[in-house]
Amino acid sequence: MNSAIRTVDLRKVYSSAPPAAAGRTGAAPPTVKRDKAPKPQITALDGINLDVTPGQIFGLLGPNGAGKSTTVGILTTRVRPTSGTAWIGEYDVWRDQTAAKRLIGVVAQRPNLDFSLTAREILLFHGAYFGLSSTERTERANALLDRFKLTDRANELVRGFSGGMMQRMSIARAMMHDPQVLFLDEPSVGLDPQTRLLLWEIIREYNQKGRTILLTTHNMEEADTLCERLAIIDHGRIISSGTPAELKASIPGGYLLRLRFAQHSAPLLEKLGTLAGVTEARASGDGGADLYASRGGAMISEIVSAAAGFGVELSDVHISEPSLENLFLHHTGRSLRE
Amino acid sequence: MNWKTFMALLARDAHVARRNIVPLMLQTFLQPLLFVFIFGRVMVGSGYMPAVYKSQLLPGIMAISMVFTGIWAVAMPLIAEFQFTREIEDRLLAPIDISWVAIEKIVAGLIQALVGGLVVIPLAWIILRPGLELHLTNPLLFICITLLVAGFSACGGLALGCSVNQQHIGLMFSMVMTPMIFFGCTYYPWSALSKFPILQKVVLINPLAYASEGLRATLVPQFPHLSLPFILAALVTFDVLLLVVGLRQFRAKAVS
Repeated sequence: MNSAIRTVDLRKVYSSAPPAAAGRTGAAPPTVKRDKAPKPQITALDGINLDVTPGQIFGLLGPNGAGKSTTVGILTTRVRPTSGTAWIGEYDVWRDQTAAKRLIGVVAQRPNLDFSLTAREILLFHGAYFGLSSTERTERANALLDRFKLTDRANELVRGFSGGMMQRMSIARAMMHDPQVLFLDEPSVGLDPQTRLLLWEIIREYNQKGRTILLTTHNMEEADTLCERLAIIDHGRIISSGTPAELKASIPGGYLLRLRFAQHSAPLLEKLGTLAGVTEARASGDGGADLYASRGGAMISEIVSAAAGFGVELSDVHISEPSLENLFLHHTGRSLRE
Repeated sequence: MNWKTFMALLARDAHVARRNIVPLMLQTFLQPLLFVFIFGRVMVGSGYMPAVYKSQLLPGIMAISMVFTGIWAVAMPLIAEFQFTREIEDRLLAPIDISWVAIEKIVAGLIQALVGGLVVIPLAWIILRPGLELHLTNPLLFICITLLVAGFSACGGLALGCSVNQQHIGLMFSMVMTPMIFFGCTYYPWSALSKFPILQKVVLINPLAYASEGLRATLVPQFPHLSLPFILAALVTFDVLLLVVGLRQFRAKAVS
């Protein structure tokens, strides 16, 4: 077995509201079973299979409530899987919790710093939990505080830190024991652009030491620039996976033209589907249509004249180049931000 | 079992306790001291209470101090750490079985409860003397009782801390702590309830009653008290029961 992270058919059904840390699952209507028990059953994960090779930056991309945090929760021993198995290296996460915990560092979605301690103490005690020697602890803590630009505030209680500082602190803490596998749950949420770039740089740097990184995000840019492989997850299922380039190439046509007409017309949609270069035409909402095509702006005049032929006026058009956002839209009919 | 991690967890709690030493001391000792002063000094001095009451009161005050220090020391941080901030997460991810994280909390609470209880003796002695008659005839038994009392307090703190939400802390005090104190044979010996036979039976479900009576039996054995084997058996039962419940609650709270 040569995987840093592996899951087989992972399922998680919550019988009470999932904890906030595991993502406020929007409890998608089809997954809520009201007929059986008085407590609603919420299926957060519905058969997740992952295989992350060592040394990879792997991204789980999906909207809020897709099951990203629950997946991370199970992989980090914090959530009990309803069925299926998860491994970190050779250790079954649920059966060999202690061994698995030695290999992982975790940055939760919301900062969960020890408010009774100062920034430096958080790192020192974290190192002590992992059995680092006193000199090793001090050296690493100093290096991390410096790297994350927190040295000035190192001796203050973290209670008074800003959100961005807490986030940096959480990441520094997760790296303190130099784990083989680093989990980052929505690491750049709430960070300013500058700190986000610093974070990306640090993640890459950490990865170059041969460490595996699994991050969850709903930010396409982050997934695209940082991850070597991605799994797109929605409603507890992986709907597509591969390298960002592979995934983008899998979008039919590549370009997405989101059109809006003054009124809806089914024959028009049919006609649009037959235009040269169009691979797929779908209705989207009232008077809208999504075209997947191999051309972008060059198609506008044809679209306008086709619409005119049906007496329909084109009122708005948005062209996007091949992107993960379009991929998500293609698979789910929804935008990642919805 | 990973002792390095366990000791590091304990060191963290000791560090935090040291940092909060002043509020911790006030919180632990102010109330028992005021009780000792008013009941033991003022009321005895003014003739409302007989002089022997001083000696009967001290074990009860010690029991209150010990039990509430233990409960407080474990429950309050846990309630906060399991709430919104999820501060405990870092320790749950330490390379040790999560039950040991709970046991570490119990050990930390137990130590604080011992300190909370034992410090009452010299403090009360200063306020109450002369007339305080302590007869520590069996130190080993005394140690045994104090350990068991501190143990069930810390385990009780674990069980409560993992069952009560932050918004219900006030309720926990009025529904659990206050009745425990008043029905805990703290300000009166159990034998004083002989005129209230039903109440005398009912208070036996209160672990604090065994704490007070156990300390009475070992510190002031000259006064009537529950039989020692009965006290020991009850204390061991409460220790085991609350440990099992506490660990179960902790695991349920820690893993979703």
